[in-house]
Order: sequence, then structure tokens, then C-alpha cells
Amino acid sequence: MFLDGLSPERRGTLRRMDHELTLRVVGAEHRLSVDSRTSLLDALRQRLGNTSPKKGCDHGQCGSCTVLVDGVRVLACLTLAVTRDGSEVVTADGLSAGPPGSGGDHPLHRAFVDEDAFQCGYCTPGQVCSAVGMLDEFARGRPSVVTGDLGAAPELDDAEIAERMSGNLCRCGAYPGIRAAVARVGREREGTR
Amino acid sequence: MRPFDYQAPADAGTAVAAVAARPDAAFLGGGTNLVDHLRLGVAEPGLLVDVTGLLPTGISDDGGGLRIGAGVANADLAADSRVRRHYPVLARALLSGASGQLRNMATTGGNPLQRTRCLYFQDVTTPCNKRSPGSGCAAIGGATRQHAILGASEHCIATHPSDMAVALSALDAQVEVLGPDGERTLAFGELHRLPGDAPERDTVLEHGELITAIVLPPLPVAARSDYRKVRDRASYAFALVSVAAALEVTECRITDSRVAFGGVAHTPWRARRAERVLRGATPSDEAFHAAAAAELADARPQDGVDGGNAFKIPLLTRTLAGTLRDLARQEA
Repeated sequence: MFLDGLSPERRGTLRRMDHELTLRVVGAEHRLSVDSRTSLLDALRQRLGNTSPKKGCDHGQCGSCTVLVDGVRVLACLTLAVTRDGSEVVTADGLSAGPPGSGGDHPLHRAFVDEDAFQCGYCTPGQVCSAVGMLDEFARGRPSVVTGDLGAAPELDDAEIAERMSGNLCRCGAYPGIRAAVARVGREREGTR
Repeated sequence: MRPFDYQAPADAGTAVAAVAARPDAAFLGGGTNLVDHLRLGVAEPGLLVDVTGLLPTGISDDGGGLRIGAGVANADLAADSRVRRHYPVLARALLSGASGQLRNMATTGGNPLQRTRCLYFQDVTTPCNKRSPGSGCAAIGGATRQHAILGASEHCIATHPSDMAVALSALDAQVEVLGPDGERTLAFGELHRLPGDAPERDTVLEHGELITAIVLPPLPVAARSDYRKVRDRASYAFALVSVAAALEVTECRITDSRVAFGGVAHTPWRARRAERVLRGATPSDEAFHAAAAAELADARPQDGVDGGNAFKIPLLTRTLAGTLRDLARQEA
């Protein structure tokens, strides 16, 4: 079954380095066989055709490959696909107004457009996934290195957003817009709690 | 990338046996450093043994201290309320390292075992005694801004990159290890080794030994502690210098302290000479500078095409003084 979609030639090339795994990506279950060397990023882009996460540096330095794995923001380029068998992966294009994949703009999608939070857009899917994970970490009261009092709940000011989003580089320099978009959604969340 | 086998055993004993049985095997934790090394060709294991599913992921009270499972994510450790209250230096050190995404991936056991970010070590086209023993050192006389001023050798001037490890060094942590011959416990300060003539060995761990837990002792002085990191950009960069410090002041005298430095040596550098100078002193800039001078008396800056790293001596002196000054004020 995991060979579905592979050509007969490809089936013949499966070697001992190949591993079967199941990934649930934006609600859809995929069974696939990957070489142990395959990153989660390449599995998503090259095997499942999900080109939402981007390959920027491929060394964990730029954040453009950020996805949510089991609800937590991670770098898909430094994750070997074989280590995430059975995981739930959400990419930026799967973020929706409701549950992942249900359609409609996610509030962060809307905020990035409204606040002019990108120019070329290449880093944007990673920025958006990172912001979703970051706002969740913030809502759980997690501190950052710029949080003054480690015993108190942090405030979502510009310095906190910049620090918590520092793993996502934007070469167009859209940082003011990115901070504004994240702040807006963060404030909306706080208002509804 | 060289092809490798992959195993994800169910328990630590099986994982240790699997790695011990193959000289070219390696443990895989969060992968934030190792996966990059696979891609760069810096590491070429024939077998990766994934330990992320089998290492303990809990933090438990332990005789007044804390026992931290080696599988606890760096982000989870920094967020733990007991760490934030009783060991703020550790929370701050963790939070000053890497990025939010990487801290979600990196583990307690893996963080101290990450390897140097020396640019020459990471570039397989250059000589490096750490990566390829006996090939020489391209860093000596090269760009040395990120390199050591303490404890280096003629074979290697690399620095240890971990922030967490600097805090653990100051906190007198213990490391629990499972190996092919059973369990052992060692002081965190004995885990890392200076380069000497064998810079390929970062730690004293033998092949097949796996860190299973890190234990923090009860340490009242750590309630007033902090970590200060100086780097080339405000976030998401490795330390040029860093200071982990804890201070206890009673009736205007320093009665206890813990000091360790990062970014200046092949190991997290426990500054015991500085601690001796501080003991009994009145908290003052004069005392703080004297403590730094005592610790840095044997410092040997590197020349370099980028201007070298002699700047680290005054920078570290001022960073230590500033950190201690703020801790002394907290006491008042």
C-alpha cells in the first residue's frame, strides 16, 4: 500500500535504507516509504507535493521551513521524516478559520495581508506557522529571554514578539509589518479569553 | 549524505547496546545539530539510533533539587515553574539559545553534547583536528572572533557553543549516564574536556554512553542568579562571551557565589578563581573586576585575519561586573 503512487522502477529501487511511515498532513493521512536521509521538508515538498513550507537555507538558520508537528512549531529541514512516524503535520496552507484544512482564512493570514507583512512572500508560510506556534506558547505563559520577571505572565509587546519570532528571517525586511500582524492576532486572542 | 540505517528501539538498554556494537553508530536526539552535520558531511554515521521516544521526559523533585529527564525539550525545561523560581540562571541560559523552533526540538541530554560552531570545523574543505584528527587547524591565524581565550591548545581553539551547559556548570549539576557496562554519575564539570592533543573528543563519554538525566542539587544561592550573553546580533546567535552567575550577599559581604563563562573555551568554563576572590568581599565594581582579572590571568587571545579576539578580555570583564552588580542590587 505504501508503494501507491510510485512507478514500477521506483518500487524496484527500494533498499534497506527505506522506511515506511504514516504522516497526517492537514487532516489527510499519507502512507509513504522514505529513505532514512529524507528530511520532513523534502518528504512534504517532493513526495507529497505540499510546497507550502519553503527551503531557504536547509541548515536551520532561516525558519522558512517552519511547520507545526503535533501542534508545536519545529524546523522541517532539521527533522528526519522517519523520526515523525504517526505525527500530525500542519503547514501554512492548511491553516484555516476553523480546524486545519477546513477552509477560510486563518486570522494570521488575514493579518499578514492587512498589515503588509511581506514583500516577496518566500518566508511567509514559515512566519505564519511560527507565529501560530509562538502565540500558543505565549498563551500558555511561557517566558522568553526578554521577559523581565520570570515568575509573572509575559506581556505581548514589540520586544517579546521580535524575540520570539527571531528564528524566522525576512530578507525583504518586512519585520515591522510582521510584528504588527502578530500583535494584532495576539491582542484579539487576549480579548476573547 | 552517506546512507545510514535507522533504528528506534523501545528502551535505553537496547539503544546503548545498538550503538556500542557499531563503531560508526550514533544516538539521534532532537537532531538540531546532528542532522545539519549529516548534510554538511561533518558526521557520517552508518547507523542512527533514535532515542527521542525512549528517554524520560519528566522533571521531578529530587531531594530538594530537580531530576531532569534527558528527553525534556529545552523549551519545556525553560518554562518549568521550579526552574524559573529556583534556578533562573538555567531558564535564562536556555531562552538565550537558538530560536523558539529549535528549543522545541533540542533535548536536555543533547544540548550539552552539541558540537562547536567553529566555521572551519563545519567546512569539510578545510583542515580541522577536531573533525579530521591530524589534519591541522585552519582556525589558528584565521578568523578567530568566535574562538577561545582560555584552555586552548596548539591543535584546537574551538569554543563550546551551548548556553545551557554554562548554567549547568555554575549550578554543580550531575549527569546520569547509561553505558554498555551499566550506569554511572559524573559531575557536570567533568563532562567536557579541554582539547589538548585530542580535540576530536569533546567529552569524557565513551562510545555507546547515553545521558539519561541531569540532576540539579538544592542550591539556595541559585535563587539570585542570572545569565548574560553578548553576541553580534540581539537574538538567535552564538555567544561571543557569556556569564552565568549566582550571588549571595549577607550583611554587605558576598557569602557565596557561582560563576561560569561561555564562548571563551572548549568547555563551559567554571570560574573558581573568580569565586574565591568574591568570597568575603564587599560587592563593588572593584571586587568584580578583581574577580575577572584573577580568572583571566592565564587568558591567551588569538590573533586573526579578522582582528583576533583580544576584545573578549575587556568584554567578559565588563559582562561579569555588570551581571554581578545587578545581582547584588537584587539582594538589597
